[in-house]
Amino acid sequence: MAADLIRTLLRRPAGMISAVLLFFLYGAALLAPFLSPTIPSAQDLKRTYHPPTGLVWQKGKLCVRLYKLVDPSTATYEPLPGQSAPLQWFSKGASYKLLGMIPSDRHLFTVATPACIYLLGSDATGRDVFTRLLYGSGISLGIGLVGVALTSILGLTIGGLAGYLGGWTDSLAMRLTEFLMAVPGLYLLLALRAALSSRLPSDATFLMIVVILSALGWAGTARVVRGLVLSLRERPFILAANILGQRPWTILFRHLLPNTFSYLIVAATLSVPGYILGEAALSFLGLGIQEPASSWGLMLGQAQDIKIFMLNFWWLLTPGVAIILTVIAFNLLGDALRDAVDPRFRLPGK
Amino acid sequence: MTAFIFRRLAALLPMLLAVTLLVFALMSLAPGDFLTPVKAQRDINPALIAELQKSFGLDRPWYEQYVRWLGNVLHLDFGYSWTYKVPVAQLIAQRAPATILLSLTSLLLAWALAIPLAVLAAARPGGWIDRLTSAAAYFALAIPEFFLALLAVWMAARTGWFPIGGLSSLDHDFLSPFGQFLDIAHHLVLPTLVLGLGGVAGTLRVLRANVLDVLRAEYVTAARAKGLPERVILFRHVLRNALNPLLSTVGYAFAGLLSGSLLVENVMNYPGLGRLVYEAFIREDQFVVLGSVVVGCTLLIVGNLISDLALAWSDPRVRYGR
Repeated sequence: MAADLIRTLLRRPAGMISAVLLFFLYGAALLAPFLSPTIPSAQDLKRTYHPPTGLVWQKGKLCVRLYKLVDPSTATYEPLPGQSAPLQWFSKGASYKLLGMIPSDRHLFTVATPACIYLLGSDATGRDVFTRLLYGSGISLGIGLVGVALTSILGLTIGGLAGYLGGWTDSLAMRLTEFLMAVPGLYLLLALRAALSSRLPSDATFLMIVVILSALGWAGTARVVRGLVLSLRERPFILAANILGQRPWTILFRHLLPNTFSYLIVAATLSVPGYILGEAALSFLGLGIQEPASSWGLMLGQAQDIKIFMLNFWWLLTPGVAIILTVIAFNLLGDALRDAVDPRFRLPGK
Repeated sequence: MTAFIFRRLAALLPMLLAVTLLVFALMSLAPGDFLTPVKAQRDINPALIAELQKSFGLDRPWYEQYVRWLGNVLHLDFGYSWTYKVPVAQLIAQRAPATILLSLTSLLLAWALAIPLAVLAAARPGGWIDRLTSAAAYFALAIPEFFLALLAVWMAARTGWFPIGGLSSLDHDFLSPFGQFLDIAHHLVLPTLVLGLGGVAGTLRVLRANVLDVLRAEYVTAARAKGLPERVILFRHVLRNALNPLLSTVGYAFAGLLSGSLLVENVMNYPGLGRLVYEAFIREDQFVVLGSVVVGCTLLIVGNLISDLALAWSDPRVRYGR
């Protein structure tokens, strides 16, 4: 069934485009340490607010142009005419752990030390924006997936139980969802963020943001799953399972909930952007991912620096463009999935 | 109808209680309080800090503080802001109009742009207007508001066509009434565009689907058979019915704008509720937070109520009673 689904999906142009785009985005996020020429915390205080370095083809090699700092106070750099340094492919550089476990020190490309390569320029402390963007994508994209997985599990369990058991479980769960949906989300977000301590290591911050966003986001899923379970409960095959004497838990988890999966897949895909945007908003306000780690929201927040504003606008654009691309890709994929999965499930609202 | 309004407003009370309790409990769980930065300064007498703590009520357990606050609210006293040293009610009364004004202009922009575009798009599904607006809406919905706000501020700073932030110029008080109006309008342009764009896209998508639905109705065929011009059919007969479902979402749209304006206000330096709440949260100025939460939730519920009433007014089939 899964293979069928993927085939129908890829036959649609929207599905194909979004799948390819997401494949590249997540691939880049996974291989970030290898693809980036340096590590995100590497500073160079002599090259702050560096403009993007130009690439030229010289002596049969791809080379990076060299720059000279003309005026440190306005961060004006001028390219040195005719001078360049060749890129080194698969060269040794700063050591890292790929996927968090494979130690390595190979980078796709670097340049020899006096030269530097800033594909997207450098920030206030001379760190490479391109590297930080790649590393940040791991966090921003990861939060989307983990958050949606957590929300789906929460929504499925709570909605399924509420619909199947009925009675006071149902009313309690539904009042809770109504409450969550009626309160302005950002207020609760800020309150939850205040409650969970701000001095946490970056892994814990990541988890905390996911937990906060999921705790606020499961209500919609739970309500729809409950509705689906309520209607499925009356179908003949559930009656048959009842007559066969299957236990309630078996019926719920083996027969009822799997029938909500096709809705759940679509809803989950369409809600990934919400998590990515949520993380970006939190980090943007300085309440999410903290330095020295990087995320797209954090980078955009740092772009509010007036110097970057006037000098190095690239740095501002790239994480925003990355967010927009990702959100569009997930929305396209979700719409294509909805058409492919089952036309019976029409999502409420959209 | 009156009973319905009363019932809805009565539902506000338990919700406000629950939200304020939750927010207050969460804030108290946070390490440190409003006086933490004061305590960190070495040259302040511990006796003074103890005295301040006592006068702020911070030496009591959090539930006692909450009950005290609740007791004061019964006398319509929302406490006072420790940061600004003014009553919370006064502070919010200063800031809320700016946010409401911004939300209203954004909503207005969203409707003014989305309604004609949606009708034109749905009149010829698959035509160039339809495809163009659909693609634009898709794109607009994917742009984070704070990113758009950053771009707007950058544009303003580069070109100087619009003020970079705020709601009024320095010389606002010396302008003629008409000049003051123009001044505020000039300041409102960018925040409205930023906050309204998402609304335009969302409204456009919903309304287009509604118009397409209504176009299939028999009375549209009847109107065409009568020989009415297409323009009259679309804007007089179809649009009126297609707007109904939209009316019921105004309340939510308003609530979304309130949340969205928190980020936009912070980026664009706009003196509204959003920035007030954010700063109060950061400084743990707890009564300001509680007061803003009360105002925010009330606006949301009243917004939903008004949109329900508007729906009943526009569609005679909708009756609230029972």
